[in-house]
Amino acid sequence: MEKVIFLFMRRMRRPLILLICSYAIAIGGLVLIPGQDSDGNLWHYDFFHAFYFISFVGPTIGFGEIPYELLPAQRFWVVLSLYLTVVAWLYSIGKIFGLVQEQAFSRALEEARFIRGVRRLDEPFHIVCGYGETGSLIVEALSARGWRCVVLDHDPERLDDLELANLPLDIPRLCADASVTQTLIEAGLKLSNCQTVIAVTNDDQVNTKIAVTVKLLVPKLVVMCRADNRDAEENMSSFNTNYIVNPYEVFAEHLGLAIRKPYVNELHRWLGARAGRKLSEPLMPPQGHWIIGGYGRFGQACRRYLEASDLQVSVIERDASRFDDINCDSLLHRIVGSATDEEPLHAAQVETCNGIIAGTDSDTDNLSIVLTAIAINPDIYAVARQNKRAEGELFAAAKLPLVVEPSRIVAWRMLPLAINPLLSEFLALSRNQENEWAQRLMLRLRKAFHQRSPQILTISITGKMAQGLCVAISRRIVRLSDLRRNAQGEGMQIIGLMLKTHDENIVCPGSGQTLHHGDELLVAVSAGTAHRFEWLIQHSTHWASPKLAAAGGWQAEQPEEV
Amino acid sequence: MNLDKVLFGFFVLLALTLNVGFAYGDIDVAEHHHVWELFAALVVSLIATVLKFGDRSHLGAVLLASSLVADLHLIAAAIVWGISSEVYQAGTDPSVVSTVVSLAVGALVANTASVILLVVETLTLRR
Repeated sequence: MEKVIFLFMRRMRRPLILLICSYAIAIGGLVLIPGQDSDGNLWHYDFFHAFYFISFVGPTIGFGEIPYELLPAQRFWVVLSLYLTVVAWLYSIGKIFGLVQEQAFSRALEEARFIRGVRRLDEPFHIVCGYGETGSLIVEALSARGWRCVVLDHDPERLDDLELANLPLDIPRLCADASVTQTLIEAGLKLSNCQTVIAVTNDDQVNTKIAVTVKLLVPKLVVMCRADNRDAEENMSSFNTNYIVNPYEVFAEHLGLAIRKPYVNELHRWLGARAGRKLSEPLMPPQGHWIIGGYGRFGQACRRYLEASDLQVSVIERDASRFDDINCDSLLHRIVGSATDEEPLHAAQVETCNGIIAGTDSDTDNLSIVLTAIAINPDIYAVARQNKRAEGELFAAAKLPLVVEPSRIVAWRMLPLAINPLLSEFLALSRNQENEWAQRLMLRLRKAFHQRSPQILTISITGKMAQGLCVAISRRIVRLSDLRRNAQGEGMQIIGLMLKTHDENIVCPGSGQTLHHGDELLVAVSAGTAHRFEWLIQHSTHWASPKLAAAGGWQAEQPEEV
Repeated sequence: MNLDKVLFGFFVLLALTLNVGFAYGDIDVAEHHHVWELFAALVVSLIATVLKFGDRSHLGAVLLASSLVADLHLIAAAIVWGISSEVYQAGTDPSVVSTVVSLAVGALVANTASVILLVVETLTLRR
């Protein structure tokens, strides 16, 4: 803002001086020239009356010849002054309008508004760089969960989309290059309530630059980046970028997971969903023989994970050179051609194969691949990659069991990292668990939360967040079962997902698990009861009530089986 | 030589000299203080203020402040004089004249501060 005012004032110098001079000349002249009063005596304008007269001549108001009729010499001078002051006014007004309309000026104003907006955020917030397909999903999801964010993008059209997105919270936004350090600082990089920086522009270079900037200026701040190429991924990890999400790798990992352990994969979807949604049924991609159409970054990642799951893989790719440099001996078929045609599909034995992945970077081709394959083999499990969010309707109409949206995958993976890092840790650990384990946990979740997705909370058992609980812990042993009983007393269901003590992570702690000062507990609670649960944890009188302790006793109850 | 600096120094100094010219003389004698001099001092002081607009340096900010003080004093003096002579027909009363002149002396102090600051700035530049 400061800059704007200085710019404005500097440009206003000339018109203001012109105005002052023209008024001074007009007034001075009018005072000098002699006139006559109504009785014919010699009369001079004094400064006050001259100022009064010129003041209404300047803006062309014109009250007439006041206080006495003017003599010709005075009229000459008034004509001159009139043109002088009117021109000065017109010039100044034109200058002001020009300044206000100037792009640099409006940009500066916008920037100032943005900086003020960011400063005014008194809650924790996230900086989202890039409001493309991924960025918009992340911002939408964050604000739906009540988190504040700040958006940077260099494309004004995308920011218009944000304005029209009708989000529940006001989001400070700036049209600027996020890789410029100053922009990031203006976006609140150095503010203490900045939680994470999420770099999801469509350019790996820009994302890398953002990560470097954050890590150099505020090393403690969490930064997460989208990386489409493995080179960029390696580069980013070389300077401790906290989280790097490569959508193709993530999807391929989940596809492999869904084939090997469908329930573990489904658990991810349940815990990642917004609270209160209907719980979905698990995806069950078949084992056996898969065809991959398109062997780019996506196809290669899929192949790696499918082969790691002991599946047979055939690849159809138009560009024969893509088969050259990679070890392709393990592939069942290597077919050079377009997977949109029937012939290469037949060559890859589409009639008998179990699944097909359409993974080119053209949405039209992808739809064509899966539709052709389904026409030949109606039982085939078809997976299509959807590049543009706008094509969602088409892909939905195709009724495919699984549609891959790289942008959605990035958003989905980054979201828990940003708002609940413990959940991300839990999910990472769960990927090593067995299918049956996930099945059991999901059964409990289903029962406890009546088929609706729960809200996931991290409770830090420290003085500030959980006063009541801390008081209770300092007086007696508190077990997870006590916490659950207290919640049930208030009509809430909770399930402990993970307990992070100072030296280990206990996945799905049993009811008898004792809680200690300094632990972090990841719990699932029914949708919409998070605030009540937090209140319960914090409210000291409730926890430390001697009546409760006397009636049931915290330790008296036998720990329930999980 | 920078033409901007010349203009700037000219107006700052002129504001001071005109101000001195107006305030010089017995404080309550109307004949010692001419209305034209007040008019010129006010106009020049306003121009000097505008010339200080948009300077981002610290010194520039202080110069602008002292200049605004001088303007305020001179405008107050002009209004007091105008009202007492036009409304109360008492423009030459010793009490009125002394009020006007003492206000102008206030502006004089502010203008002196401006000139001193300007000189200091010039000296630091040379070094």
